[in-house]
Amino acid sequence: MSQYSAFGLLRGALNGQKHWQPAWRDPEPKSHYDIIIIGGGGHGLATAYYLAKVHGLKNIAVLEKGWIGGGNTGRNTTIVRSNYRLKPLHDLFEFGLKMWEHLSDELNYNVMFSPRGAMFLGHSDADMTKLAERGDAMRCDGIDADLMTRDEVQKLEPLLDMSRDARFPIEGGLIQRRGGTARHDAVAWGYARGADSLGVDIVQKCEVTGFVRDGDAVVGVETTRGRINAGRVGICVAGHSGHVAGLAGLKLPVESQTLQAMVTEGVKPMINSVIMSQSLHCYISQSDKGGIVFGGDPDNWPSYAQRGNPMVMERAVAQGLALVPALSRLRMVRTWSGVTDMSFDGAPIIGETPVKNLFLNGGWCYGGFKATPASGWTYAHTLATGKPHALNAPFALDRFERGATIDETGSGPMPNSR
Amino acid sequence: MMQFTCPHCGPRDQAEFIYERTVDAVVSLDAAPEEAMKSLFTRTNPRGVDDEIWRHTYGCRAWMVITRNRVTNEISATRAVGPEALP
Repeated sequence: MSQYSAFGLLRGALNGQKHWQPAWRDPEPKSHYDIIIIGGGGHGLATAYYLAKVHGLKNIAVLEKGWIGGGNTGRNTTIVRSNYRLKPLHDLFEFGLKMWEHLSDELNYNVMFSPRGAMFLGHSDADMTKLAERGDAMRCDGIDADLMTRDEVQKLEPLLDMSRDARFPIEGGLIQRRGGTARHDAVAWGYARGADSLGVDIVQKCEVTGFVRDGDAVVGVETTRGRINAGRVGICVAGHSGHVAGLAGLKLPVESQTLQAMVTEGVKPMINSVIMSQSLHCYISQSDKGGIVFGGDPDNWPSYAQRGNPMVMERAVAQGLALVPALSRLRMVRTWSGVTDMSFDGAPIIGETPVKNLFLNGGWCYGGFKATPASGWTYAHTLATGKPHALNAPFALDRFERGATIDETGSGPMPNSR
Repeated sequence: MMQFTCPHCGPRDQAEFIYERTVDAVVSLDAAPEEAMKSLFTRTNPRGVDDEIWRHTYGCRAWMVITRNRVTNEISATRAVGPEALP
């Protein structure tokens, strides 16, 4: 693999940029792999990359039913942060955030990580108390967090409606300055290029249709391109976790729901940070191209339809317009949605399954993108060694029957209540 | 937006309804702990048809079971349920 560099770009300028090569191969699947990862999204590709890079494994395949990064990796709102409340989530997401800070160098691929600050808004005294508590918890675990006054929020985001009779009055905020956004597609492409150069076979248009069993162990997968044997198989398919695990006879603690996002036409810089309101459930940021990216609540009923519902879209837009009235002048250019696997405590599931040699990485709800590097790193450890990494041990699949849920929102066993 | 046919009120917009859970997620009153755990914490979650409990919250407030395809949103059956289906 040739390294990308400014010098290479200059040299290319002299010969009409004719030196560019495909960033990854398009191999035929082999008959056997030591490890097969089902799902060529950011998490699956990152897992393959770290399996090859950190654990030195050579015979790995990533099987993707469509094209890489075409699922939730390409459908999120690109927000990266680690401002959670509970320790297991702190540890995992902060580990990931530290990886984001060096990811472009690590992959020799510009993932355009932009730590512009991720700010939660507080709309009431109760909100501010909650934010202060969250900030304290973060600081206790060594994560940056600053409580903001009304004035500080206004200074950072002058276009917020700060009037006292605003629909959602703003009392202050909590900012994680190291949080921000990244270029979602580049994350998938960067990991794919890195993994491919280390010998990983990325097989696209190859859907897994079943598992090959030998007794209680999985020994391979049936695909639309034939049977492929495997030492270990890792599921990494986000919203389709329930479906793929179902092929192995498993019932998971997840329910698939649709999560929508949308973007306006491009304008000059007007939103400086990532504005989030957890009381409302609204996320607003501005892409480097200038579009205002919006996200809201999931559609709170099960769905595998990768398309949204105007009812929920309207709610997200109404909240956004109430917070930043100037947005009403913008035209929406695109809306889309992804299928998210909502777990029952809102935390991900990474680890073993009851089926031997079959592993699961899923249940990321609406928060998977930011975890891509950490998810790949820990899942690679689990797939290579068969054991949990210290960071993913709390996220085992059996935590629900053990009563050891990681319930950040405290909403109990109903994915549609969070 | 989908349109559901409430057994009591006729066709209404989905906005009037709230999704509760799937039929197999209703914990029976005499369930053993293991059974109750499965009903609470696992779902078949099929990429296809499932029986779902919805409530006509902003209408007659009755519960009903709607058999719906989760990819196409096609509804193949709607039936009223009695108090025995309440969670």
